[in-house]
Amino acid sequence: MYKYDEYDQAMVDARVEEFRDQCNRRLSGEMTEDQFKPLRLMNGLYLQLHAYMLRVAVPYGTLDSRQMHMLAHIARKYDRGYGHFTTRQNLQYNWIKLDDAADILAELATVEMHAIQTSGNCIRNISADQYAGAAADEVADPRPYAELLRQWSTFHPEFLMLPRKFKIAVIGADEDRAAMKLHDIGLKLLKNAAGELGFEVYVGGGQGRTPMVAPLIRDFLPADELVSYLEACLRVYNRYGRRDNLYKARIKILVHEIGADEYRRQVEEEFLHVKTLALDPPAAELERIAAMFALPPLDPTAPAEIDRSDPDFALWLDQQVVDHKVPGHAIVTISLKPTGGIPGDASADQIDVMAKLAREFSHDELRVTHAQNIVLPHVRKADLYAIWTRLEESGLATPNLDLITDIIACPGLDYCALANARSIPLAQKITERFANLDRQRDLGEVKLKISGCINACGHHHAGHIGILGVDRKGEENYQLSFGGSGAEDASVGKIIGPGFSEDGIVDAVEKALETYRGIRIEGERFLDTYRRVGSDPFKAAIYEKASV
Amino acid sequence: MKLVTGNDLVSGDVIWWTGSGWSRFIADAVEAGPDGEATGAREEAARRVNGPYVVEAADGPLGPVPLHIKERIRASGPTVRLDLGVQAEKQGIA
Repeated sequence: MYKYDEYDQAMVDARVEEFRDQCNRRLSGEMTEDQFKPLRLMNGLYLQLHAYMLRVAVPYGTLDSRQMHMLAHIARKYDRGYGHFTTRQNLQYNWIKLDDAADILAELATVEMHAIQTSGNCIRNISADQYAGAAADEVADPRPYAELLRQWSTFHPEFLMLPRKFKIAVIGADEDRAAMKLHDIGLKLLKNAAGELGFEVYVGGGQGRTPMVAPLIRDFLPADELVSYLEACLRVYNRYGRRDNLYKARIKILVHEIGADEYRRQVEEEFLHVKTLALDPPAAELERIAAMFALPPLDPTAPAEIDRSDPDFALWLDQQVVDHKVPGHAIVTISLKPTGGIPGDASADQIDVMAKLAREFSHDELRVTHAQNIVLPHVRKADLYAIWTRLEESGLATPNLDLITDIIACPGLDYCALANARSIPLAQKITERFANLDRQRDLGEVKLKISGCINACGHHHAGHIGILGVDRKGEENYQLSFGGSGAEDASVGKIIGPGFSEDGIVDAVEKALETYRGIRIEGERFLDTYRRVGSDPFKAAIYEKASV
Repeated sequence: MKLVTGNDLVSGDVIWWTGSGWSRFIADAVEAGPDGEATGAREEAARRVNGPYVVEAADGPLGPVPLHIKERIRASGPTVRLDLGVQAEKQGIA
């Protein structure tokens, strides 16, 4: 894991004290809310429905047990004993007091954490594959590059006031576990025919009001030119991105309006200039960063056999565990989606349990996934039963990864000031409707995602089944869409028809899935069947007697 | 009826204009009349409220009930965590 050097620590400490002064000035009346708001947002502090909300950055979703324990400590000391893991691999607290905010950031700084780049029109916290460094299908670990981009982007003077927020994801494998093509910039590590490491660069993806899958802008960017190329990408956006219309300010609109070819031409032209500025770090610096992400000492002769005699353990094993690239080891995903639970929420006690498991069994590493789960990336197969037992005791052993109940949901109208409708109650009802695990497994991979407004924090556009909450004359109404994907086969879902009430949408989801069961070909996921047959059979089933 | 609401500057709590001050309980809220926005602006200048605005509500048996679901949730707490927010205090949970 990356460790702060003296410069990192000094910057974060200075930022805390700067924010402390800003909070004091706000509390004393020296600053109005209009003056204070952009400053607090630069430090992750929002004012939400019930209280201030603090969003803590987890760079590329990687953290250690010390940091995880700190998150639990803050939940207990300053909040209401829980935290919410988000679709940007961050964590949010929902009940923060303004006069505690600087103290919280000071406590976070003691474990190399902060809330920088979690809000505002800057380059946001960079996300990455949660299996980075452990995945068997990986070309290279994307995290050293994500860290390099973090250092480049943090407090970058040119890019602190972009036309709109800017999100980057980095992956190192063919399987896209980070929804890379739905980011402002998506980067995929690969090797060319000569064996050299580089990136595919996708620019102009995103969700929100105008969802788009990013087009490929560069099919091979040498890895050691990453910073220069992204500098060029951002400069073109910063110059020509629209600042006159909030809804057209994201880079996806610029790329769409001028076309990928013209955007590429402008970037390449700027790139030629930027390269003369020697912004890319020397190889030694990248090597220094990469060394901190070295694979922990894993014994490839560790036993690979697992005792599956406990049937509940075997179920969990089949659903939550995948092979590590080192024999005898595995990657564990801890579900934060119990039946009837709140997706992504974890109590302080549960956060502590996961931290302890990481320290004991996963070389002190955890990952937050964009699907609001937690990963232990480096565990011995021989330890899996002990891990499962501890998870089971803490209500963390739900075996539903990528099944219908592994729902992504934004906080929705229960917490969010921007939301039009609640998301969480739908997730709870759907998990209760499909609580039977045999039924879930029979349905196979179904990625259901719920957003409480068009900003799409719940990634509904990328759901095999997507649900969008809207306000219809003061009442919550839910639009249903099918066919989205955030994976390597990225696509944007299409609305199936008129919206539903809260109960009606759950019935509609069930009818869609029963229709799928009736017409699927062996081996087809729901998404595959939908892509093969289109929406007609589903529409017919859903709207025949739907409670619209 | 019209109510004035906003958030407490320090705690961020949802608060309601009572005619002479602010309360976390909507049952204490009073009709703001035509001066609701002016009341909010005056109180915000004095740092007794953050981001005040006027909402529509109806009279209910236990006091005002906002017409919009968003304001009803603000007045009570998250519908998915009845142990949190004003609703929990009313039930003696918090």
